[in-house]
Amino acid sequence: MRAIAPAARAGLLRFVTAGSVDDGKSTLIGRLLFDSKGLQADQITALEAASRRRGLTEVDLSLLTDGLLAEREQGITIDVAYRYFATPARKFIIGDSPGHAQYTRNMVTAASTADVAVLLVDARQGLQPQTRRHAYLARWVGIPRMVLAVNKMDLVVDAREAFERIRAQFHRFATGLGFAEVHEIPVSALRGDMVVSRGEALGWYDGLTLLEYLETAPTRHDDLARSRPGGQSRPLRFPVQRVVRVAGGNAQPDSGFEYGEFRGYQGTIASGEAALGDEIVALPAGTRARIAQILTADGELAHASADMAVTLRLDTQIDVSRGDLFAAPETAPEATQDIDAEVCWFDAEPLVASRPYLIKQGCATVRARFASLAHRIDVDSLRLVDGPDTLHMNDIAHVQLRTQRPLAVDPYESNRVTGAFIVIDEATNRTVAAGTVGRGAQG
Amino acid sequence: MLTAIEAKPASRTQRGWSHLDALEAESIFILREIAAECRNVALLFSGGKDSAVVLRLAERAFFPERVPFTLLHVDTEHNFPEVIEFRDRVVRDRGLRLVVRSVGESIRNGRVRLRTPDEPRNPHQSVTLLDAIAEFGFEACIGGARRDEEKARAKERVFSFRDEFGQWDPKNQRPELWSLYNGRVRPGENIRAFPISNWTELDVWQYVRRERIELPSIYFAHEREVVRRGSALVPVTGLTPAREGERVERLSVRFRTVGDITCTAPVASYAGTVDEIVRETERARITERGATRLDDQTNDAAMELRKKEGYF
Repeated sequence: MRAIAPAARAGLLRFVTAGSVDDGKSTLIGRLLFDSKGLQADQITALEAASRRRGLTEVDLSLLTDGLLAEREQGITIDVAYRYFATPARKFIIGDSPGHAQYTRNMVTAASTADVAVLLVDARQGLQPQTRRHAYLARWVGIPRMVLAVNKMDLVVDAREAFERIRAQFHRFATGLGFAEVHEIPVSALRGDMVVSRGEALGWYDGLTLLEYLETAPTRHDDLARSRPGGQSRPLRFPVQRVVRVAGGNAQPDSGFEYGEFRGYQGTIASGEAALGDEIVALPAGTRARIAQILTADGELAHASADMAVTLRLDTQIDVSRGDLFAAPETAPEATQDIDAEVCWFDAEPLVASRPYLIKQGCATVRARFASLAHRIDVDSLRLVDGPDTLHMNDIAHVQLRTQRPLAVDPYESNRVTGAFIVIDEATNRTVAAGTVGRGAQG
Repeated sequence: MLTAIEAKPASRTQRGWSHLDALEAESIFILREIAAECRNVALLFSGGKDSAVVLRLAERAFFPERVPFTLLHVDTEHNFPEVIEFRDRVVRDRGLRLVVRSVGESIRNGRVRLRTPDEPRNPHQSVTLLDAIAEFGFEACIGGARRDEEKARAKERVFSFRDEFGQWDPKNQRPELWSLYNGRVRPGENIRAFPISNWTELDVWQYVRRERIELPSIYFAHEREVVRRGSALVPVTGLTPAREGERVERLSVRFRTVGDITCTAPVASYAGTVDEIVRETERARITERGATRLDDQTNDAAMELRKKEGYF
């Protein structure tokens, strides 16, 4: 695998912001954008006007993230808003997620693609049930790095003591969840202390500012590109997204493929590397072939690595369709119909365990039923509650699924693409749940 | 635009994985997913820079296969001639299929009724678009909208479900985790898909530079007769004549967005090349829509309301 050059460290970092209502999340994002010069003159003018309309004498940065009409009516965030800013170091995508428990599905939507979670807590209130819930969900969707921003430091009397107390309390809780890194930062979003600039008030704190942390934290791509401990490279996983056949009239003009036939497999490498001549096994069938060509619109490649979108051609004709998985034979996962998973239920209509649902994993969509519900997880206490007979909105539970066709899955902790799935209700076409494959996946 | 396999200055691996590589890979994945999950797909193509970028991404996604989408232009008939010339040339060179449905036709057959004859036609595109979706039975329409443009867009999913009335229900969007997009619809319903959701204006220009994407000439600095109206420059054209008492000036300008003539304003600029535009965009002090769209300035929630009516 290639080493991480400083240039590759730059790139793109996605982070999600979460926390309880009124922890100052909107102000923090406004502060990040404002102080990093991510706001433009007309946005600032609009912000000033909105602040004046509310009778405020100073600019209220939180108004910047107000989105939908219903949100402005109620003064809360309902759905994720995505925001963008860049510093010389990096481009950032913020998934600004809602604080209310009823919008958990929107919080995990934002969190599922994040490299870092920034969780806010009000220094006066300390950890709230919603703080714990969001930390748990962040870990559940596999975010490796967690920042706890202890906000409103300007409003507590003994700031340092309050910070240390919350830090100790959170560290115990979050380390137990299994984050690779947990980092606490005292901030005042209102005054801007320790967000982009250090400010004056928190001189006792000598750690990174929030922006410094975000500019240097490894991205998911960095993690994928890095070898695992022991110098092992990551196993190849290539979900076949699309079978492409070019024959006769459907080649791009001047592509060089106007004559003859071409059959290839389009997809994005989920992990590992594909090199010319490598043997692959196509799952679930188990047939083998070698990679004869790695094609992109820029030409042919000798090898391709994780996150690259490519087209692979094989040396022999084997039966492959969308939803199959190419893997290296020696590190291939087993294809199974019995999947052990942790599921978070989103829909207002509870699970009807006797009904079949669709699950979409990688590029495969198959019918599945909930064979058993082992236990529900009480997110506040992290205790397991045995024997639920259904799942309601926001419930998280260990379940066993039985799929109609075998699927090649990995435990979610080793692969975020092949270990994740969504559940779709065929009657409504709604996405009713999402799941991560457990360690005992290959049952 | 890309036609043959040509060598790039440095391969992706040699250069490292830049933010443009990450954005491009995500967009290609989305485009392939739409092609695989939805039958009969339209790619909205106006000749503007965002749709030109989406078309290039589609060419790269499906290479060597021809882009498997029908191009659709919902035409306000208030066009800059340079843009229409560009649109038609791109379609011809690539051997693609373009369908044009016009708001003017919707007005003439009574489906759209204007309050005043010279009001902007952009908001009325929804009716024409919904009619075109019904006429051709498109299961999905791909648009070049970006989340950084506007606050309603900032909240929209990549695969945005629309009901049989084309309506967006912002309070009840499908959860969209990882890269697992749900493109399932019943007849009459529709997915609006936004492959460059996560791109900013600067990303678009950097990509135009990297991929050497050709664009209509009005994106680059040129001399044009304009009048000053409020904080905006308004181009003086047959559709948008100078008003009584306005002073017509000849200025060097360029367009940051291109749409209906009656509501698209240029900005003063001497940036005549992509490099110069990238530099200018890096330093821009006004957002793209703030500077150039006269139709969104009226109401904070204008876009949200239009989307609920079926707009892109």
